Amino acid sequence: MSESRSASAVTPEPLLRVHEICAGYGAIEALHGISLQVQSGEIVALIGANGAGKSSLLMSICANPPARKGKIFFAGQDITVLATHQIARLGVAHVPEGRRVFTYMTVAENLAMGLMALPEQANHGLLQAGGGADPEQIYHLFPRLRERAQQRAGTLSGGEQQMLAIGRALMSRPRLLLLDEPSLGLAPQIMGRIFATLRDIVKEGTTIFLVEQNANQALQLADRAYVLVNGRITLSGTGKELLASPEIRKAYLGGH
Amino acid sequence: MSSRVSRALRVAVVALLLFAPITGLVLSGYQLSIHWQRPLWLAAAVLVGYFTLSWLMQHLGWLDRFAASRSAVQPTATIGLSGPRPVWIGAAILFALLLPFVLGKYAVSVAILALIYLLLGLGLNIVVGLAGLLDLGFVAFYAVGAYTYALGYHYFHLSFWLALPLGALLAALFGMILGFPVLRLHGDYLAIVTLGFGEIIRLVLNNWVSVTGGPNGVSVPFPTLLGLEFNRKAKQGGVPIHEFFAVEYSSDHRSLFLYFLLLIVVALLILMVIRLKRMPIGRAWEALRENEVACRSLGIHHVTVKLSAFGLGAMVGGVGGVFFAALQGFVNPTSFTFFESAYILAIVVLGGMGSTTGVIGAALLLTVLPELLRDFSDYRVLSVGIAMVLMMVWRPRGLRQRRRPFFVIPAQDLPKAPVAVSQGVAEQ
Repeated sequence: MSESRSASAVTPEPLLRVHEICAGYGAIEALHGISLQVQSGEIVALIGANGAGKSSLLMSICANPPARKGKIFFAGQDITVLATHQIARLGVAHVPEGRRVFTYMTVAENLAMGLMALPEQANHGLLQAGGGADPEQIYHLFPRLRERAQQRAGTLSGGEQQMLAIGRALMSRPRLLLLDEPSLGLAPQIMGRIFATLRDIVKEGTTIFLVEQNANQALQLADRAYVLVNGRITLSGTGKELLASPEIRKAYLGGH
Repeated sequence: MSSRVSRALRVAVVALLLFAPITGLVLSGYQLSIHWQRPLWLAAAVLVGYFTLSWLMQHLGWLDRFAASRSAVQPTATIGLSGPRPVWIGAAILFALLLPFVLGKYAVSVAILALIYLLLGLGLNIVVGLAGLLDLGFVAFYAVGAYTYALGYHYFHLSFWLALPLGALLAALFGMILGFPVLRLHGDYLAIVTLGFGEIIRLVLNNWVSVTGGPNGVSVPFPTLLGLEFNRKAKQGGVPIHEFFAVEYSSDHRSLFLYFLLLIVVALLILMVIRLKRMPIGRAWEALRENEVACRSLGIHHVTVKLSAFGLGAMVGGVGGVFFAALQGFVNPTSFTFFESAYILAIVVLGGMGSTTGVIGAALLLTVLPELLRDFSDYRVLSVGIAMVLMMVWRPRGLRQRRRPFFVIPAQDLPKAPVAVSQGVAEQ
């Protein structure tokens, strides 16, 4: 796994390439020809207002709903034709909006669920070494989860649940982590801690593509960012450029 | 060395048990002859073979490699206990075994019915309790099982022992056929569609007179045991069982046979359900019930997971149907109305969705109580309704709340310092 990761870093092909996709629900089209790229080892943010299509784009990458037009490539492979679970097994981990942890399971079990679909793990039961990540690595990233390992996930605070949702997705050692609004409903301090951890995750070799409404935090964290307005990409650039851009300041950061 | 001998002996005993009925009993014509030396020779061969092979494996180093590769996949967590204590389980088994001899014939006939509903309750519990798919048409699979035996005998002279696996398979197949179109549905919508499916099966059985006999039904013979019949005089071309064992004919033999057979099937099913809950597929059902989006994002294929729940649940329903047909000696569509589905669902809900012990208790309660209170039989449905209302007030999650098995990580494996932990796991 680590070998293929370093190999793909050398190739010019981006880890994720979205090429002019359109997607929507029923008669409503949410995305009108979106193109973007995520290079291996980057943190890329997608910012935009409510209803701009941010989550739809993230969901479309996971084929739920699938793109109607355009193509999506992951590490050079066309994943537009694959089903959601097949994409997840390729090494694309999706942390859905609103965390969605399994509330009746313990924290340790929730983490183990992250290994469930790995083919080599499926037959072996839960929580053993080899294959995916060790829960210990997740506890190292989020020490709070270690304290809560035997506790039911439903009893965790919002921030802890977000940590758990990210940790669960990391269990399969994904190459690409898709995060949908990790800051949703969190106190600024907790949010800051989670965002700092995201930087550690990238250092360990996972690429991150995140969708955020909190433009300020997201742009400070991201290497590059895209701005989505009404299903179209209107701006892109490095995090710093966009932070400084007057348009962004006016629309998203409340600056004057 | 001594452990190898004892292991080889244990293997030989298992081989003896396996080979004894297969090779020791030879049926020629209607005569059963016993060749007791055959299984002994085979077991001896297994004993010597096992001993030599394990000696070779150890001395050529195979065993070590095998053992090493096995320990690499040992789970580091044990399962936290859920369910009743062994004393109670032992008492229940003892009671079940002694029941026919203590309480007599009438109790056995009630117990058989109770066990059939227990079977159905456990089957539906897989679909509703574990996988969280509300199924109001469970009786369809019950009917498929019963009619597999009835029509199978009528047209192909299928025996009970063949009908049992075939009925289970057919019912599982129907379960999956139903599963496919309803994969996208949840909650109320799913319930309505399954309700419709149950009615479709019943209406087809009722109206396809040329094949199923319609409302006139089909008669079903009583099962035989290794070709021995439970009749006073042999009808199906076999030997009556009382003649073979040279005892007085008694119609009790039939119900005793059915009772103990059902007891074995139910015991196996309970073991299966307990294991399923702990296996990855059980976890996947639980996870899917809680959150489908999260499951799909983790790469779990919701189609396979849901279909397996529908298929397994239906399979159990099919087995229940075959037993029902054997017990009644006659099937017709009036046995498979929506009321039956509702009754089975009431068992699952009353017992506590997902709780095996609860469902067992509720099944026994809802079948035994109406028998004990025969004088009040007009109020049977009313009393179920009252029980439901009382349950909602005092035990909203069922007689016995679902207690899930969970994984407990031993204290020594839960290290405070991350570095030490990962080393410990790697060395294992």
